[in-house]
Amino acid sequence: MAMLNFERKYRVRGGTLIGGDLFDFWVGPFYVGFFGVTTLFFSFLGTAMILWGAAHQGVFNIWQINIAPPDLKYGLGTAPMMEGGLWQIITICALGAFGSWALREIEICRKLGMGLHVPFTYLMAVFAYFTLEVIRPIMMGAWGHAFPYGIMSHLDWVSNTGYQYLHFHYNPAHMIAVTLFFATTLALSLHGALVLSSTNPGAGQTVKTPEHEDTFFRDIIGYSVGTLGIHRVGLFLAVAAVFWSAVCIIISGPFWTRGWPEWWTWWLNMPIWQ
Amino acid sequence: MDYQNLFTQTQVIGPENHGAPINEYDMRERTRGIGFSYLLGKLGNAQLGPIYLGRLGVASLICFMTAFVIIGFNMLAQVGWNPIQMVKQLFWLSLDPPSPKYGLRLAPLSEGGWWNICGLFLTTSILLWWLRTYNRAKALGMGTHVPWAFAAAIWLYLVLGLFRPVLMGSWSEGVPFGIFPHLDWTAALSIRYGNLFYNPFHMLSIFFLYGSVLLFGMHGATILAVGRYGGEREIEQIVDRGTASERAALFWRWTMGFNATMESIHRWAWWFAVLCPISGGIGILLTGTFVDNWYVWAMHHGMVPSYPSTNMIDPSIATPAFTPAIQGAK
Repeated sequence: MAMLNFERKYRVRGGTLIGGDLFDFWVGPFYVGFFGVTTLFFSFLGTAMILWGAAHQGVFNIWQINIAPPDLKYGLGTAPMMEGGLWQIITICALGAFGSWALREIEICRKLGMGLHVPFTYLMAVFAYFTLEVIRPIMMGAWGHAFPYGIMSHLDWVSNTGYQYLHFHYNPAHMIAVTLFFATTLALSLHGALVLSSTNPGAGQTVKTPEHEDTFFRDIIGYSVGTLGIHRVGLFLAVAAVFWSAVCIIISGPFWTRGWPEWWTWWLNMPIWQ
Repeated sequence: MDYQNLFTQTQVIGPENHGAPINEYDMRERTRGIGFSYLLGKLGNAQLGPIYLGRLGVASLICFMTAFVIIGFNMLAQVGWNPIQMVKQLFWLSLDPPSPKYGLRLAPLSEGGWWNICGLFLTTSILLWWLRTYNRAKALGMGTHVPWAFAAAIWLYLVLGLFRPVLMGSWSEGVPFGIFPHLDWTAALSIRYGNLFYNPFHMLSIFFLYGSVLLFGMHGATILAVGRYGGEREIEQIVDRGTASERAALFWRWTMGFNATMESIHRWAWWFAVLCPISGGIGILLTGTFVDNWYVWAMHHGMVPSYPSTNMIDPSIATPAFTPAIQGAK
């Protein structure tokens, strides 16, 4: 049985958003719920569409599979199945699955008496995906501006889109996003390391306390944000990194069409330098 | 709307905390002054300080300031010692490594020599700071997980500025000190070696970078969500599991069929964060030394997808100036 020894008392009825008791059960370790069913539906359909596309192209090399969005000539209309229609259905399935997953997380939070921080955080990632695949293509007038589904092909898309703006590192929102990505990873390594160093102090040593954790960071840099604070900092950094990623791509095209290095001329042209 | 534990609503100022005791000799190095910040208290601990100075810390700071000042004065010299121009052009200015003709020899100061001296001071500063983190952990009887995580970042730094230039036989391969210039260096490296996105170690590094952000999003959110059960008292939860750990674990078990424990999530965190610079450093070290073109490498290994023809002429083939390079790629 896939139940932890303390799990039984937590498996209670209720907390569902929709469907009442109908889907209020577990399969193995998984909670199902109405949105578990819809998640499965969208996931299977979307994956099947990808496999269908791969079979049609005769490409089953995992690196080379590529389900491209419709050609620019289709604008924001529907495309024939093998010319982007698959991509459109897969995108709908992905959004259906992501949305279902978030709602299922909310149901589980309600069951366990937890705050909604996890589904909110997850929805920020979904928002970034939605920005790339829906908002930006609509603002630019064609689904062809979205990225394709494929391991190497989506990297090619990132490369090509970056060079369309000459040098994407000069995009100010991209700078902020990358800085936040690095900062989050730094903070994660420090947090993980600090907790491990307190609880694994070496043979013969006793486990240390949060006071030692605070002392270590105060000794090193003069400030310790504390056990609660570090989780606020980490969550903020992670969410902000994703948010600014969405910003950096939404401004590229809809709001700025030239090279990003050129954007910085506003700074050089400010009247204060005269 | 419920209280979501995002900010501290009521701050209680207790007595100053001077930290866990260390030996008397070391205690002299810990400053006495302690401040409190209301704004910091909204997010985490309000207390600022004390800090441990110590010989290693002071030496590290001196080396860092020397490197910082070398960069600053080089930039100032480049704009004719005009401070306003320095501010105006700050993001564009650069302390560049020597040109390739100097190889691994020391170039004249104005032609890259300062870059080497600056790098020497910055590296010394970082290594001294590493010793400091190691000593502080030991002094408190803690594990050395923080210094070893820091060492992973130092590995990437040394690959970029020391190991790869040495393997390539030229300091000119090093990264310039400057805001836009180091971004230019990054883009140029990628283009020169056939697109770094095709470098499998770059892929791994990005995987661990995004994975780290994902993990901190998941972990930070989970702990805040079980804050009402004391979830942030992680050490206590690790040695004596409470309902906060149980709910946090069950949330993920019910969501994705798998859960970490209060201790193991920090092992996941540590490894994801640490493997990001480790794999990144390997990827950079191989670039130009063992692999000249990652696109050709990926092509050779059957990873490159083919696209339908766009009937556009590739300028890199149509332009005569590029022809030798194309032939060279064969």
